[in-house]
Amino acid sequence: MNFQLNVWRQANAKSKGKFATYEARNIAPDTSFLEMLDIVNDELTERSEAPIAFDSDCREGICGACALTINGQAHGPKHPAAACQLYMRSFDDGKTITVEPFRAKPFPLVRDLVIDRSALDRIVQAGGFIAARAGSAPEANSIPVPKHNADLAIEAAACIGCGACAAACPNASAMLFTAAKVSHLAFLPQGAPERTLRVTKMVRQMDAEGFGNCTNTYECEAVCPAEISASFIAKLNREYARAVLQRSVGE
Amino acid sequence: MTNFPGFYRSSIGKKMIVALTGVILMLFVIGHLLGNLQIFLGPRWVNDYAQHLRDLGPLLWAVRITLLIAVFLHIYFTVSLALDNRRARPQGYEKRNYIKASYASRHMVVSGLVVLAFVVFHLLHFTGRKFNARFPMLKNDPLNHYDVYSMMVYGFQNVYVSAFYIIGLFLLTLHLTHGTSSFFQSLGLNDKKLTPQLAFGARVFAWLLFIGYTAIPVAVLLGLIHPAQQL
Repeated sequence: MNFQLNVWRQANAKSKGKFATYEARNIAPDTSFLEMLDIVNDELTERSEAPIAFDSDCREGICGACALTINGQAHGPKHPAAACQLYMRSFDDGKTITVEPFRAKPFPLVRDLVIDRSALDRIVQAGGFIAARAGSAPEANSIPVPKHNADLAIEAAACIGCGACAAACPNASAMLFTAAKVSHLAFLPQGAPERTLRVTKMVRQMDAEGFGNCTNTYECEAVCPAEISASFIAKLNREYARAVLQRSVGE
Repeated sequence: MTNFPGFYRSSIGKKMIVALTGVILMLFVIGHLLGNLQIFLGPRWVNDYAQHLRDLGPLLWAVRITLLIAVFLHIYFTVSLALDNRRARPQGYEKRNYIKASYASRHMVVSGLVVLAFVVFHLLHFTGRKFNARFPMLKNDPLNHYDVYSMMVYGFQNVYVSAFYIIGLFLLTLHLTHGTSSFFQSLGLNDKKLTPQLAFGARVFAWLLFIGYTAIPVAVLLGLIHPAQQL
């Protein structure tokens, strides 16, 4: 298969970026999108040109490093899947493919398609953990957890922190990420002692990072490679309202 | 409320205020439609209804002030949120391909501002009784009530005025197709199963309002309703 690539090139955070066009020739349909970029980069290196910088790590959809906007969609046209699990057979032969970094102010650009997503880490550092050292795993039945809650907690915990939700959101809001990180602890008894403070601190950090505000368009859940439901945002809103009420009455 | 300043400065707090004020305005829109639809029952009904409203006196003003505050807060916080949103993505995408985000959900500020312009016109038109040479000439009905019925009919006989009403109502409908399901989510009254049902319900609700409201100018333009007094 052959493709024309329209790729965002930018030397560093301060320089002005622009799109550059490259040819990807003789690509096997089962090549992954990142492998296709590797092939193009090999050719660029052979021609002594700077290869296209992009992030990747596990290449099996669990690390969330491959933050690419492909043809106007975070992680490309196949959902749910991270860009590393996107295969070239998903595209029509001979077409132009536009590749851009995730765009959001809290995701400063490092180089080409590489962005700095540490804003998401700082949201988790604000309260997305349990402070007490709990030791090794306890006997499974010693803390009762209703099945429904356990299921929801696991669903929320599937978030890989790739940032696609914020990249796809018309407002660059990171509500789905924060919702997942707040919810997976809120559904479990282990998360209960810090429940009120956690949501307050994490929302404050999310706002401070400069993310936009959720307008309930649900674009986030459509691109999420971990299929986190936007209903967790409703859960986050509930948690936040509860925290504000509790703190207001002095609890 | 010790934590209140933090609440209304936070993204979620602002959204909740927008949602709550939105609910107030939505309830008004329902009530207003039910009142107006009495035009199809004849002049007696609408004119009596309008007189009852005016007779409420201070209560009417309480409702009006509540609505005014709701409108102000709804717009103030939405604009504040929308400005944040613009700042959150200084560099946009070259190519954009939305999957789930509906047209209505992405254009709430625009649809809302057109509705605001429409509401201002509407208040001047029927509450201020402007833009129509016949309004000051209207005599009271046999019960000595203001003839709202004839005022509405003469008002809507102007094709341009009716067209503007229909455009304003269309944008209100667009606004409500998203807003009516969105407020459940903002207030946390939503889960996975409910989301598609709310989205569907909101569309049905918004379009029913559209049909109800536009029925009045359309009926007048089609000549189905005549003024109670000839001028």
